[in-house]
Amino acid sequence: MASTPNKPNAAAPAQQGFIFLPLIAGWLVPGAGHFLLRKWWRGTLLAISIVCMFALGLAMQGRLYANAHDILEMLGLLGDLGSGLLYIVGRVMGLGADSIQLTVADWGTRFIVVAGLLNIIAAVDAHNLRTGRKS
Amino acid sequence: MFTPSHFTAVLLFSLFASTVFGITQRDTPQRMFRYGLYCFGLFVGSVIVLSWVMYLIAR
Repeated sequence: MASTPNKPNAAAPAQQGFIFLPLIAGWLVPGAGHFLLRKWWRGTLLAISIVCMFALGLAMQGRLYANAHDILEMLGLLGDLGSGLLYIVGRVMGLGADSIQLTVADWGTRFIVVAGLLNIIAAVDAHNLRTGRKS
Repeated sequence: MFTPSHFTAVLLFSLFASTVFGITQRDTPQRMFRYGLYCFGLFVGSVIVLSWVMYLIAR
């Protein structure tokens, strides 16, 4: 049976190559997924927001989760991992407090976790732009 | 060490989160800006309302 080739989606971007590259790049480096798709100002604003939030969290002596002894720590670790290379660099350099002793440090920990979660949203947005689900 | 007040921390959190929400949840720049502003207002407004509620409960 002869099959007709699928017509390309009109909304799909013209870029070819690995379809998950913006998703992975956006996860590793905040805003990089949008930069790959030439969405310069979107990527810049996303990068500034996420990096500033992560840096402010560290400046407030927030904690970078390193292990998962209980469910809350596991969720915190998952959120932190959303920051990609920011988290890895922070862990390698020994940034962040070992334990939370101040109220401000607790807020800082939340800032770091939410920065990771926002980065995941941004990376998925880059993937949607790449696949043509969003313009 | 950066030690903001609670309200300053709320404003910073709301600003960054609203920026990401606006850019990722809408398509056009104008709609992104309006949605970001809407989220920012909801963040800050809900914090103020909940703060008053907790203050009244604690009395």
